[in-house]
Amino acid sequence: MTSAVHPSTSDAATSTELLLRMYRRMLMIRLFEEQVNDLYTRALMPGLAHLYIGEEAVAVGICEALRPDDYITSTHRGHGHCLAKGASPDKMFAELLGKEAGYCKGKGGSMHIADPDTGNLGANAIVGGSTGIATGAAFSAKRLGTGQVVVCFFGEGALGQGLLYEVMNLAALWKLPVIYVCENNLYNEYTHYSETTAGDILARGPAFGVPSESVDGQDVRAVHGTATRLVNRARNGEGPALLLVNTYRYMGHHVGDVSREYYRSKQEEQQWKTDRDPIKLLADHLTAQNLADRAALDRIHAEVKADIDKAVQFALAAPYPNVDKVGQDVYA
Amino acid sequence: MPEVATAIRELTLAEAIREALAEELRRDSRVFILGEDIAEAGHPFKVLTGLVSEFGPERILDTPISEAGFTAVAVGAAMTGLRPIVDIMFGDFLTLTMDQMVNQAAKIHYMSGGKWKVPMVMRTTLGATRRSAAQHSQSLHAWFCHIPGLKVVMPSTPYDAKGLLKTAIRDENPVVFFEDKMMYRLKGPVPAEEYTIPLGVADIKRAGDDITIVATSSMVQVALGAASLLEDAGISAEIIDPRTLWPLDEKTILDSVKKTSRAMVVDEGYERFGVTAEIASVIAQGAFFDLEAPVKRMGAMHVPIPFSPPLEDVTVPTEKSLFEAARALCGEK
Repeated sequence: MTSAVHPSTSDAATSTELLLRMYRRMLMIRLFEEQVNDLYTRALMPGLAHLYIGEEAVAVGICEALRPDDYITSTHRGHGHCLAKGASPDKMFAELLGKEAGYCKGKGGSMHIADPDTGNLGANAIVGGSTGIATGAAFSAKRLGTGQVVVCFFGEGALGQGLLYEVMNLAALWKLPVIYVCENNLYNEYTHYSETTAGDILARGPAFGVPSESVDGQDVRAVHGTATRLVNRARNGEGPALLLVNTYRYMGHHVGDVSREYYRSKQEEQQWKTDRDPIKLLADHLTAQNLADRAALDRIHAEVKADIDKAVQFALAAPYPNVDKVGQDVYA
Repeated sequence: MPEVATAIRELTLAEAIREALAEELRRDSRVFILGEDIAEAGHPFKVLTGLVSEFGPERILDTPISEAGFTAVAVGAAMTGLRPIVDIMFGDFLTLTMDQMVNQAAKIHYMSGGKWKVPMVMRTTLGATRRSAAQHSQSLHAWFCHIPGLKVVMPSTPYDAKGLLKTAIRDENPVVFFEDKMMYRLKGPVPAEEYTIPLGVADIKRAGDDITIVATSSMVQVALGAASLLEDAGISAEIIDPRTLWPLDEKTILDSVKKTSRAMVVDEGYERFGVTAEIASVIAQGAFFDLEAPVKRMGAMHVPIPFSPPLEDVTVPTEKSLFEAARALCGEK
């Protein structure tokens, strides 16, 4: 039996197939990140990682609106963006563990996943550091007439960086196909954004003539709908846009940030998890609208979990790079 | 075919650079230049005059005064199929581009395991004595030599500038190209035929037997002047111009020092922790037992460049100071 598209969601952009794909992808990010936390806790992962749990709908809703050859730039909290753009978990885990089989041969690690095959220009460990790269990629797309669009993900912490405003000015002047996506998860590391951010975030775009809007980052359908509109607009040559996505970081700034009560309450965290979880919200929608039943969603969960487990095992078993590789790739 | 005697063509450093840019813009449609006042204005030093009329404002692209921003755009454009040439008017403004050059351009190839490349050139200036004071006179090339992933080019003649710039534009890596703003009017022979000069090959600007003077960029002409004075004093100086600081042609330097047994290194950047220290160290490690005297270093004085002419003039090496130091090193031979 094929499930008919629900009358209220007859728009192709919200077809059941798309919703289930986004559900699966969000779940993949969630389980990937939980596994990262587990690897850290068990001292199996070198260094640190910044988890995307709670923000899955942002990356997934936006990347589902992109073509495979469209570009993204990502951040230190980048695993979700990379996976949403099509990265495979095995090479991601391998990179996080510093293995040769990783996306960057183990040379980049958690904060520098990059992959030309999926249009990923790279995660970036300098806050706001990739805003220029994204704008430059949009410059190429326009100059070369490729029709590509670039999505520049950054956190609200990057609103404090001057580079963002320099390149937004350039993108507006040159009408570049770039969408600046500000993920406001409320915290610049360990500080509430209201303590660091003057004025209205959305007013920053119009100052440069860049159309700006906000969307509920826990509602993947809303994110996807808004992103689709802005992507089409950029692809049609109408220039850059600023999208403010309101979301929440469930975990600490990084995996080691476990005692967080000095900057936010457990109650606040619990409220988001209970009432505003993007995966739960989509599951509720799918079941309430009879687009999928619990058993189908459980099956997806089991499949994703099996994939993630397999990917972790692959990465754990993969060899480290030989030390003679240390001097390779400094120059092309 | 009868032999045709071609007159040796002379160009200024500015003309040679403009010709290199024009040739590469013609050769490769991916190449474009971006920077402040470079199109109709042709750059304040007039190095780019006329390029916009041939290549149009899309390829000779005027930018806002946003050095970090347009450098960052160049990095992204270089990764995605274009070959940008960034124009940073005064080398002092490089400070504004440092995150993009050091944390982004230099590292992207390595961090991505070799998957992304950043084929871009940053052209900028160095050099004091233009009476431009502390924020328009510095020679900051050493900073870039310190960073793996960048290449650093320091031409000293119109011929070298043209050949090296063409190579830099064709390179697959970020290359920082320093031009001495006081030398734009310096004339020299430049053949009309196509040629390039590889990065990492030093040039012996003057052969000699008694002392090796390794000189870079603006200091090459100063060293050549000093060599004439030394010759009058009976000292034969060999002038080695590394032409590129990274990659660095250590062999040519060491071969010369082994021959002469005395060495000086002169560079217009700050002497402390600078280029002269690195090259002196290369000499000390590679030719220690050939040396008859310690390696002498000369660079800019450790002060912000002052405005007042008599003050500014003593902050950088001159023909006279070089001559005197070389003569002392040779035991007033």
